[in-house]
Amino acid sequence: MEEDALNQSTAAEADISLHMLSESPSGSVVIYVVPESSTVLPEGVSVYVGQRRTALLRAGGQMRVAVALKEVLASLETWIKQVLQVMSFSHGDITAALSDRVRPGDRSREGLADSMRAFKSSPGYEITFSLLNPDPTSHLLHWDVEAAISSYIQPLLSKMAPVANFSIDSQILYYAVLGVNPRYDPTLNAYTLNADSLSHVINPVEARLGSSAASSNPVLNFLLYVPDSRHSPLHITDHRRHTVPSNAFSSPRWGGIMVYNVNASGTELPVDVHIDMRRVMGVFLPQLRLMLGVQSAAPPPGFLIGPCGNAGLADWELDRLMWTRSVENVATATTTITSLAQLLDQIGNIVINDNIAEQVSSAVASLQLAVGQLEVGNLGLAMQYSKEAILQSERAFFDPSLLHLLYFPDDQKFAIYIPLFLPMCVPILLSLLKMASEVRQRPGQGQAKKD
Amino acid sequence: MNVAETVFIDNVPTTETDASPPSVTEQKADEADHVLDTMQTQDFPPPSTAKDQFQEELVIKPLHSGDIYASFQFRTQWDTDFLLGSKVSHYRLFPKSLGQVISKFSVRELHISFTQGYWRTMQWGQPFLPSPPGAELWVWFQDTVTDVDLAWKELTNVLSGIFCASLNFIDSTNTVQPSASFKPLGVGNVTDQRFLRYAVLPREIVCTENLTPWKKLLPCGSKAGLAVLMKSEKLFHSSFHSQALHIRPVCKCKSTSWELRQTLNVVFDLHTSGQGKREWSLFKMFSRTLTEACPLASSSKVYVDITDNPQGELFELSPATPLVSQAVVLGDGRTYSVYDLTDHATFGQTHSLNVLLRWRAAESGEMLRPLLHGERYVAGYGLQTGEIHTLVYNNHPYRAFPVLLLDTVPWYLRLYIHTLTVTSKGRDNKPSYIHYQPSKDRLQPHLLEMLIQLPPNSVTEVTVQFERALLKWTEYTPDPNHGFYVGSSVISALVPSVVAMDTNNTQERPLFSSFFPCKEESTYFMRIYTEPLLVNLPTPDFSMPYNVICLTCTVVAVGYGSLYNLLTRTFQVEEPSQGLAKRLANIIRRLRGVPLLT
Repeated sequence: MEEDALNQSTAAEADISLHMLSESPSGSVVIYVVPESSTVLPEGVSVYVGQRRTALLRAGGQMRVAVALKEVLASLETWIKQVLQVMSFSHGDITAALSDRVRPGDRSREGLADSMRAFKSSPGYEITFSLLNPDPTSHLLHWDVEAAISSYIQPLLSKMAPVANFSIDSQILYYAVLGVNPRYDPTLNAYTLNADSLSHVINPVEARLGSSAASSNPVLNFLLYVPDSRHSPLHITDHRRHTVPSNAFSSPRWGGIMVYNVNASGTELPVDVHIDMRRVMGVFLPQLRLMLGVQSAAPPPGFLIGPCGNAGLADWELDRLMWTRSVENVATATTTITSLAQLLDQIGNIVINDNIAEQVSSAVASLQLAVGQLEVGNLGLAMQYSKEAILQSERAFFDPSLLHLLYFPDDQKFAIYIPLFLPMCVPILLSLLKMASEVRQRPGQGQAKKD
Repeated sequence: MNVAETVFIDNVPTTETDASPPSVTEQKADEADHVLDTMQTQDFPPPSTAKDQFQEELVIKPLHSGDIYASFQFRTQWDTDFLLGSKVSHYRLFPKSLGQVISKFSVRELHISFTQGYWRTMQWGQPFLPSPPGAELWVWFQDTVTDVDLAWKELTNVLSGIFCASLNFIDSTNTVQPSASFKPLGVGNVTDQRFLRYAVLPREIVCTENLTPWKKLLPCGSKAGLAVLMKSEKLFHSSFHSQALHIRPVCKCKSTSWELRQTLNVVFDLHTSGQGKREWSLFKMFSRTLTEACPLASSSKVYVDITDNPQGELFELSPATPLVSQAVVLGDGRTYSVYDLTDHATFGQTHSLNVLLRWRAAESGEMLRPLLHGERYVAGYGLQTGEIHTLVYNNHPYRAFPVLLLDTVPWYLRLYIHTLTVTSKGRDNKPSYIHYQPSKDRLQPHLLEMLIQLPPNSVTEVTVQFERALLKWTEYTPDPNHGFYVGSSVISALVPSVVAMDTNNTQERPLFSSFFPCKEESTYFMRIYTEPLLVNLPTPDFSMPYNVICLTCTVVAVGYGSLYNLLTRTFQVEEPSQGLAKRLANIIRRLRGVPLLT
């Protein structure tokens, strides 16, 4: 059966038929070793990573059939290690997941940037697409965002549903301008925004975006900016002053901005513009993947990573994400409970209600369950328990009855009694002084008496 | 979030141009492209006719006192239904933040107003949209909401964030559920008061920080259209400023659509803003002129009330406009000059519109007395008891009409409901309906609703005595000697129309049309608010505990000191020194050479 599957002409087809044969549980990786003569892998490719949880590995050329099984495995070991490095949860992922808590040691700069780019783990995310139209008198913009979201974004989010809840909104903002005046570049005959000035773009826009009123989940913003006719075309240039082909940039843990130029040499204003949502989503979708923390390590040479299907996310990528998120959630919940314990240590007379005690104990129980499930390798349950742990620990920590300021600090109690202590100190101090002077004089007096 | 500092720029995938090994990002982008390729390419049809529309208008009304009243109204209508199960999430003209609030809290109707100053009905006549001083919020929830109190609490907190106001101070002690005074204004026949919440914060100060978020909800912001006139330094330099927001479902008669109405009413004072000259212009009022309509608005108009000035004998209006509109407003037929901002001819040669009203006569004509008018004050002396007087005036010469009076009194004024008296023309006037909900200390306020018949041309006085409660020391406001506010009474009524009262018609009308008053003009709904009350409560001396501590501690310390001295002092026998007399005697004796005394 599997041999039939592996005899397919291309690796992608083989991958699909292998998946039909056996469903591998989440968190696992299945590696099929194919003989060197197999044509299923293209020339020069020794490992093919499929869109499910399978990988095809070409056996090394120097191997002969007669060699013992042990030796075969030994020769494959380095490859298998690399495959696991790519497809599964590795040591680097743990450090990335805990990057907020551990000091960045010898980690690569790129890894640091990757982990900083992604949003922190949260039970839910709000995704907002905003169309900025700075000049409605000249452009009348139409975007069919509803259809675009349902065909491009929604498959990814449905696949990621075990990780978090997502809600999507879109809005159109008129007269929203960027905070930076673009510079005219005569060589390009266009206006440019340099990468150095991009950091000033977001703040003025953000005042208009409006925070999410309905929930406290983090918001991912994706802005589509259509420059007005006076500043168009507008290009984003990188640090070496080359124009960026996608004309977009992203801001870590905030979202992405894309500039969409319209060559509306219209005769009659306002010009109707229908935005090509395919182009727009082609930029926003990879940005969204980065923001949501889909890790993308560079594959080692000889690796071919298959297309990730309709959802834009391979199964093994989802597994990796769930590993990372569970670990991160466990770490966050632990930190929250630890700091709550520290607070209680600091204030001796704090009142702890029963419901808080319950929340803390159930948070600890969920934490233990999550860690247990992680050890077993049961990803889905681990994710669920770690989310519960986070929710309960945060609810306990942010309970209004546990406010630090509600309790009267001890040092101020002493200040109130100063009117008592100060006058009482006077006679005590005076008598101490007197005693001291007596002690100093006594040796002299003793001598005088002897004489 | 301070983005500017933390932004970490990073160009999107496809920007990598250097020769570094096939970079991750690039590969991902390819992948994404692939994803997109595998999907069917859709040909996006142009969206059908816009389902939302926006209208803006400004009404300018010269008042008889010489002041001027400007009323902005912005209306956004959207053919969608927040009540249905499907989530509404794609916004165009309707502000997203409000849409999210409506769908999250299942709000059927929301009315919120922020007002600075008190509307002087006797000088200015009726406002288009009445509002009490401070902040007022009333909300009808949908009947699917199970825990209305929880939804109300969360809603007030979210709204206080949206409008930068202290609406988070709304809690059960100032929230009531009126049974009759506040009926839904939109479609839907939910009249179960369990889903209604009403609260007033009379202490709320309204200022620019409330105006800015309010302006942000407009599609054009304050960048174009009528909203450019709303400069806060002028708007708040006025006798009366009120901004409000009303959301309700309205009928399009095939499907419901949602209406967001944002209103801003302002009265500029003749002396402080107008320098005493009876000459008003847009520039003088707002220090701006109009140059364009909001390009998103389907209609954008400026109305000037010229009812008292049909032939231009009272004041001169420039630039002149040929458009005139007539409407029955608050039971009174009014005539308006209309400037249509969507028409380029309105702006003329100068490309700007500065409506100017210049008076010819020093005095304007007599103002018709408002038919309904209310007043309220606190009587009594001392800090123990008092009496609330509410006066309701019916100035109609021959028609009696019923009014609904709503009083919300905080729990710390304990009403003696048995002392409630209603008198008009010196006679007892028994209310035909009384709804009274007693207060609970620190939990709920008094709610008193009465249906009173007002005799024609009369003053009806409602009095009720109260006792002032002693608060706990943490319950006092930071400035307790300023006093405690009691929100305005609300008087709602169906008032007989002035048009119907007007028997000798000045307007050309066939005789047969005017014998019986026609139905739609015969009465109109009106709501007026009385002044809020400021009541002094017995206020302790807050520094007293510390004074007592100081005094007793000093006394204890002095006592302790003397006792301590007594116990620790060592007594020594000391040679008594010679007395003063003896020393003097010795000096004299030495001079005389006599032996000294010892």
